[in-house]
This record gives sequence, structure tokens and C-alpha cells, in this order.
Amino acid sequence: MDTFRPDAIPARTGIGLRHTHMRDFVENPPAVGWIEVHSENYLGRGGPRNRALERIRRDYPMSCHGVGLSLGSCEGLDRDHLARLRTLMDRFQPGLVSEHVSWSVTGGTYLNDLLPLPYTEEALAVICRNVDHAQAALGRRMLVENPSSYVSFPSSTMPEWDFMAEIARRTGCGILLDVNNIHVSAHNHRFDADRYLDGVPLDAVGEIHVAGHFVQRFDTETILIDDHGAPVAEPVWALLRRTLARLGPMPILVEWDTNIPELPVLLAEAAKAEALLDAVRPAEARHVA
Amino acid sequence: MLRELQDAFRRGVLDGDGADACALIASDAIPAERRLAIYRNNTFGSLATVLRAAFPVVCRLVGEPFFRQAAAAFVRTAPPRVPQLLAYGDGFPAFLAGFPPARPLPYLSATASLEWARQEALFAADAVPLGADALAAVPPEAVAGLGFVLHPSARLVASRFPVLRIWQANRPENERVPRVDVNAGGEAVLVLRPDGAVHNHLLSPGDLALLRALGDGAPLAMAAAAAAAAAEPDFDLQGALAGHLTRGTFAGVQAHEERERVW
Repeated sequence: MDTFRPDAIPARTGIGLRHTHMRDFVENPPAVGWIEVHSENYLGRGGPRNRALERIRRDYPMSCHGVGLSLGSCEGLDRDHLARLRTLMDRFQPGLVSEHVSWSVTGGTYLNDLLPLPYTEEALAVICRNVDHAQAALGRRMLVENPSSYVSFPSSTMPEWDFMAEIARRTGCGILLDVNNIHVSAHNHRFDADRYLDGVPLDAVGEIHVAGHFVQRFDTETILIDDHGAPVAEPVWALLRRTLARLGPMPILVEWDTNIPELPVLLAEAAKAEALLDAVRPAEARHVA
Repeated sequence: MLRELQDAFRRGVLDGDGADACALIASDAIPAERRLAIYRNNTFGSLATVLRAAFPVVCRLVGEPFFRQAAAAFVRTAPPRVPQLLAYGDGFPAFLAGFPPARPLPYLSATASLEWARQEALFAADAVPLGADALAAVPPEAVAGLGFVLHPSARLVASRFPVLRIWQANRPENERVPRVDVNAGGEAVLVLRPDGAVHNHLLSPGDLALLRALGDGAPLAMAAAAAAAAAEPDFDLQGALAGHLTRGTFAGVQAHEERERVW
């Protein structure tokens, strides 16, 4: 058994904790390495959901993954929202805090989706300013996640991996590498997923995400939709294997957000990821752990 | 540039006016408009799902397709202002009251109000309720001057329709919907979550007036007078108070003059 250190996220597989599984976690805590929650789901002032999370938090290292901060908004960050997140961090002391390289707020309206940025110097300056602001307000380093996207902008002047690399270099933040998103965007924008791995600074990566996606047909074309509503696709497992071969052991998170299955299905996906981690762990570490 | 792009995206996603956004998006075998539509579907689909989770009884009353339409119309008029979707939907009951297709169901908005009260109660601040023995140490002559602080989860919903019976009959877990005479007269409900679970309590007109007055900060004697005036001349204050202390309606009391919590 690993020694449980609540503050650190181990280089093991965790799962995204969803409300439908909270009772399972309270009554019969499953053997997963850690959990990740969507920060915005726990901003209520009180109630049974927060209480259940406090209970679960005692048993697992936890990461807070934000979906509403809108790091790419040119109007800057919502200070009240940042303050609410800070309160949440102080309460749950997560081992990692992450957000997305995307935007969702404009003109004070929250569009509840992770919208794409053009990869320009202007957008880079905006997101770096916002990441600086967030890291200062939260009092800690964050990870930022590469997005999946369905559109590209002719105005972009650099590839996404360069954009990611520059954010990490300028702000000191880390990278949450979502290999499903790389696969989805590589298909949708016809680039080589391995080229992405060449371009992104692997030493900045602090966490990996995997999830399922949906294949939508448009006449003879297909577009991949990042709906987190299916098992992880075979090419994504393959890309994860190649990613781990370069990175070594790393915290991996399995996400499932729509058509959420029974917990055992999610645990089986986590076990697959854990097997890939085992394959890149030196043999002695495996026996000592 | 980025400002224009984000503004154009908002119009394209929310208002269905995608021309400006599409001009900024690369088009290939899949036209820009169809690519933009993916984001539009995500936004409307996910927000409808958020509303559906908060208003399951309304959804059952109108059916899924109608609900999706009403949700989409609401999202267009009142999109979320903060990235905290537990709080998204407070304007939905009032929206339904003015939504022309909902006119055949005049009780729909009140039912939505009850569901929203339950949603708010679920995520309200936690507080230890004032118990039945709380007044034991207060001299009887002082009780009339006390103010009673409502529990943070307490919400009052009053309607000219039997809103609690409608809600109970149409809960998603009911396999068969019992018949409710919607013209059987109004009901007032106290929604409360003293601990883990949200409860509904039917209130008499006098009890509703009492809690409203206490919620506005009136001392007990004044609140009781309001209750009596609300068509309940024989209002049983002792009984009502004991009931509320058992249910956990209050989080504290305060001496009226000092406005300070004495416990």
C-alpha cells in the first residue's frame, strides 16, 4: 500500500467523482488512487453534497478541476468566482488545481462550454495575464488543460502545442495533458497527434486525462465530439501508451460525464490505465509500493 | 480582435446569428456553420440538462420535448451570468408564467417555484436548528418580544393552486400520477432542510403570515397579530410555534431591541 498523503496526487489512476457515485464512495470506498471533482459543483454554501465530499476527501487525494473560470476571456477573470474557488481550495486542500485553455464568458454571460481560442499573440497575452491572476488569487500553481475543438481560426499564427508551451513558459503553470483531446483535435484539424507530443513541453506535464468521445458523421466526413460519454477509444489508449513511454509514471484521470455508467464500469477503465502505468514503472518500485 | 471574436461567438451560439462567427472560422468539407452548431448544441443541451435536474416535476408535467423548448427559450432570454450552475434557474418560474405556450397550465409557474425553493434549500448554508427546548430559559413574558431567525434553508411558497399536491402527484418516481383537482384551492408550503434532506410542510394561511412576518424581522407578538389578521382569527400561536421548533424552522432567536442573538 502507498502511504496516504492527502496533499499529493500520486502517479496512479484516479477517476472523476460524479454525484451519482458519491453514495458508493461513502458506503464502499473503491480502490482508486485519487479523485477529481469539478470545482463549480461544490460552490453551494452548504448541504449534503458538500458534506459527502468532505467525508470522501478523508479517504482520497483530491484534485479540483475547474470548468468555469474562463481563462481565455479578454474581459479578465470574475473576481467573485475566484474568491469562491479560493474558499473551496482552503476547505478541501486539493493536491492539484486545474483549468482549461479555452473561454466561456463574454460580456458577463456564461456560455457553459469550453470555447476555442485563436492561437495568436493577443490571445496568448490575455490567457497569460489571466493565469497569472488566477495563480496569485488561489495562491498556488495551476495546471492548464489542452482543449478539444471543432473549429479552427485562420487568424491563428502558431500551432496549439506552441501556444500551450508559451503559457507554461510565461506563467510557470503546469500542463494537464488530455490525450483524448489531442486525439479529437488531431482528427478534427488533421494534424499528427505525435507531433503534438513533440511540441508540448513534457517536463511541464503534471497530470493526464483520458475520456471517451463520440463520432459524428457529416455526409462523408466525420468529426469527433468530446462528450465524455463512452469508454476510452482504442486509438486514445494507444496514444496514452506512447505518451507514458515518453513521460514515465504520471497521475492519470479517467473522466466520464454524460451517459454516466455504474461505478464498476468506470473502475474497469481505471484499471486499464493503471496497467499502462505499471508498464512504465521500474520493476523495483512496483514491488516496494 | 479577441473581443470581437468572443462577441461574435456569443451571438452565434446564443442568438443563432452565426454570420460574424462563421466569417472567422475556417471552412472545409464541413461548413463553418455546422461546426459552430456543435457549440450551440453543447450550450443549449447542457443548460437544458441543468434546468431539467432542478425542475424534474415541471418536466414531467409538460413532457421532455416541451421542456427542452421552454429551457431553450429561457436560456436565450436569461443566459447564466455566473459559472455556478447550482444557482441557474431562479428566473425560470417567472419566465414560465409569461411563456405563452405554457398558458394552458396556469399552475406550472407555481410548481416551478416550489421546485426552485427545494433546490435553494438543498444548497443553502447549514445551521443547527433551534430545538423544542430553546425557549425553556426565557421568561414567559419575554417571549412575545423575541424575533425568530428563519433557518437558512427555509423558503416559503404560496400559490392559488394546490401546489404541494401537484408536486407530490407528479414526482418522477411516481409510476402512476394520482388525479389532482387543480381548482381545489391554494396551498402554502414551507420548504426546509434542517439537516440532510429537504422537507415540505403545508402551512395554514395564518402560519404563512406568521413566518413571513418573522422573516421580515417582526417580533413574535407582531407576527402573531399578522397571522390572526390573515383570515385566521383563532390562530393557535402556541401550537404553531411548537410545531416549528420540532421541524427546525428557526436557526436562532433575538431580543427585538438589541437585535442580537441571545443564544
